[in-house]
Amino acid sequence: MKYINIDKKNWASGLENLYGNYRLFGPVKNNKHHVLKELGKGELPDLNYINTLLSPKSIVFPQSETMFEYSLDESKEDHHILKEINKDYSPRALIGIRPCDAASFLLVKRNFDTPEYKDPYWLSAYEATICIGLACSNPCSTCFCTSAGCGPFHEDGLDLLLVDEGENFIAKILTPRGENFIKSAGWKTEADHMAAKKTIKNMKMKAEEKIASFVSTDQLKNKSTIDLYGAPFWEKIAFACINCGTCTYGCPTCWCFDIQDEVSKSSGIRMRNWDSCMYPLFTLHGTGYNPRNTKVQRVRQRFMHKLKYYVDKYGDGIQCVGCGRCIRLCPVNIDIRRVCDIMNNYDSRSRLET
Amino acid sequence: MSDYTAKIKEISARLLKEEKVEMVIGFRKGTVPMMNEPCFVKTPEDVKELVWDSNCGINLANYLTDRKEKIGIIAKGCDSRNIVTHIIENKVKREQLLIIGVPCKGMIDKNKITSMFENEINEVLEDEENIIVKGKVFEKTLNKNDVLQENCKICIHRNPVISDELAADLLDEQKDIDRYEDVRKIEAMATEDKWKYFEDLLSPCIRCYACRNACPLCYCPTCFVDESRPQWVGKSLDPTDTRTFHFLRAYHCAGRCTDCGACERACPMGIKVRMFTKKLEKDCLELYGWEAGLSLDERPPLDTYRPNDPEDFIK
Repeated sequence: MKYINIDKKNWASGLENLYGNYRLFGPVKNNKHHVLKELGKGELPDLNYINTLLSPKSIVFPQSETMFEYSLDESKEDHHILKEINKDYSPRALIGIRPCDAASFLLVKRNFDTPEYKDPYWLSAYEATICIGLACSNPCSTCFCTSAGCGPFHEDGLDLLLVDEGENFIAKILTPRGENFIKSAGWKTEADHMAAKKTIKNMKMKAEEKIASFVSTDQLKNKSTIDLYGAPFWEKIAFACINCGTCTYGCPTCWCFDIQDEVSKSSGIRMRNWDSCMYPLFTLHGTGYNPRNTKVQRVRQRFMHKLKYYVDKYGDGIQCVGCGRCIRLCPVNIDIRRVCDIMNNYDSRSRLET
Repeated sequence: MSDYTAKIKEISARLLKEEKVEMVIGFRKGTVPMMNEPCFVKTPEDVKELVWDSNCGINLANYLTDRKEKIGIIAKGCDSRNIVTHIIENKVKREQLLIIGVPCKGMIDKNKITSMFENEINEVLEDEENIIVKGKVFEKTLNKNDVLQENCKICIHRNPVISDELAADLLDEQKDIDRYEDVRKIEAMATEDKWKYFEDLLSPCIRCYACRNACPLCYCPTCFVDESRPQWVGKSLDPTDTRTFHFLRAYHCAGRCTDCGACERACPMGIKVRMFTKKLEKDCLELYGWEAGLSLDERPPLDTYRPNDPEDFIK
């Protein structure tokens, strides 16, 4: 493993070198929040941030993505034929992405990259993306990454991990793509291997100690799906929910989408848009029947998917990286940490306080 | 606010104990600063969960729609006006409700306070006049009046307009309030500037529908944006579709909106969605002398017809 020292004085010039080789994306503060956006020439990411308001999933999985176009004009030879849209899959770099968000791509990949189905749009975009992580030395109070299979210095999903030492970054190169990125930037000063390793280890420990909230997930796998599904606590958990899509749209691991055709005069497009299990339309059948017609059913679905079905299907934890966005954004304060603990501790033989 | 909470608990416990209601709808303390969670309690023992403070901005009338139980409901001024609207629109019956009115001193603006600090806020406390904001390395006392939600600053119906019990003595209503200064500014804009203003206002929208779903007026079984046969509105982030949603929703609330601010409070992107509804509220006041939700005895102007209805503005 190689460590590079990036003097912050050379930060801007390095990014300048990268510009053109990569499309650069990074956190920028608008008048209210930090949002992830494509950086223009000379524009610097603001790395003095906690996390972006929404997750970076839209960089790989846009909220609205056109897949095909077609013509309904029968005088044209190729009318009614779906034609692929040309897209920009040139290399792009997410600079300063938090480790939890980078890890979320790996969870989402399971849905878009299976032996049976390979989603060309998601995969092409993901393969074009390199993740330059920024370790979290000051996690916020709603972060529960360490108990969600992740952590403030977590490396899975990253090509490079930046650790902020004040005057400089230590860059830990994690993949050949990360190494190319560093080369392309022109940052060459190798850090003392042992010293860098030690510094990162210490900072990581300190950061992990600052994580103040946790979920317990150890019992989820052993719980009976039917017991959890039929548990009496859902009515109370779902009561406050207004069934908006904020939690799912903010979530880095929610991957559901809907396919739509839009036609204007004789030309049309086929696109996909984020969808949300919170919406009644999500499950509405063509017959008019809706198997998830009530709010309680929809809220239960969201939590059962993340905290039980996913756990059972993949066998290595919950479908959540603990970024805390759903907690911070929910208009009515439905808190996944509470729900997870209620599910994990549920005993179908005893009455449970919710 | 602790006296409010104590009184709310006392009344709720009594109503549940005497079986006058099957449930009381109120707020319980949130898990993050400046947030409380709407909740229900069904037993006198559970009333200990209930709280009241300056973080109860969600409109609880939203939780009454089509319920059939006997319900005790905590209602600040705007909630009570929306309860009136709900009753008038047959979404709940007056006889079902025992309204625990809360003379409201205003709710604080979570987004505004958050944006005042660089670092994370870990705790927010309050007394009568002050909001004390604490982070890991800072503590600051703010004057509550400076950080009220915009709609609360200009509220002229802080007292419940309808109630069966009161959690505190009635307050003096705010006088000489200019409710529409911001609307007038936009009205005075040139057409292009107005359009630009609306475009900028809506550009962060992610179509999550939190504004609609937090709104007690938006109870349509299927909202027009969710109709699939036919589908009236596109599902992408095309600005025309986003605009269509917001404009139509606002018009659907004309003469019904109480400016409770739940929509704006709910928006995860911090969009000032009230700017649409407020213009229509102003129109209803100026054209029909109407304020929504003040009386059970009068039909709203937009669902009645009178031969002498004002019509000078119809061109």
